[in-house]
Amino acid sequence: MHDGAAATIRVGTDLVRVHDVAESMARFGDRYLRRVYTDHELETCGGVAARLAARFAAKEATIKVLRPADVRPDWRAIEVRRHESGACDLQLSGTAAAQAAAAGITGLAVSLTHEGDLAAAVVVASVDPIEPEEAAA
Amino acid sequence: MMDDEIRTVLAEHGRLAVDAQTLTDDADLYQAGLTSHASVNVMLALEDAFDVEFPERMLRKKTFESVAAIRAALDELAGAGVD
Repeated sequence: MHDGAAATIRVGTDLVRVHDVAESMARFGDRYLRRVYTDHELETCGGVAARLAARFAAKEATIKVLRPADVRPDWRAIEVRRHESGACDLQLSGTAAAQAAAAGITGLAVSLTHEGDLAAAVVVASVDPIEPEEAAA
Repeated sequence: MMDDEIRTVLAEHGRLAVDAQTLTDDADLYQAGLTSHASVNVMLALEDAFDVEFPERMLRKKTFESVAAIRAALDELAGAGVD
């Protein structure tokens, strides 16, 4: 918060069928995995389609809070970082990081879940309304 | 010819709620049921079919919004490979 200017939040959510991810893995193999997921994500998911589906949902949920006017960021520019505790957070790079900065996004939080054939993610972004004006000045 | 191949890719990978062969050139593929994840499959299958690679700058929602838009993107990629 800055001098009374209220920070706002944005929320994004997405739902992915685990079967669809498993099918893409079977059909396109490494090309699919390397195009969509980072090395860290591939390592922490261990080839489990449900975990990858949750991460894809997180990427899409993040894009919903970024609200890109035109170019969507590369999926790998939105990374789900998994900590030893099991907690996850988001790390943006490249176009995604630039779009977040331009939108005044100062923080992101993510929650992942999967059950049966469905995986979902919710992303919450804190948005500082001051920063876009400063960027335009 | 190119449109036929695009429609074949959409039929096989787009998970559309309608028959890809009956879509008009300008029909909205997202309205027809194309999801974000299915669009990845469509992109990879198009790369296989046309021997191209979609760069990040073409990862617009608009790139895959219709048969006509996909054709235009493929034309641009093919043109980029010509000296």
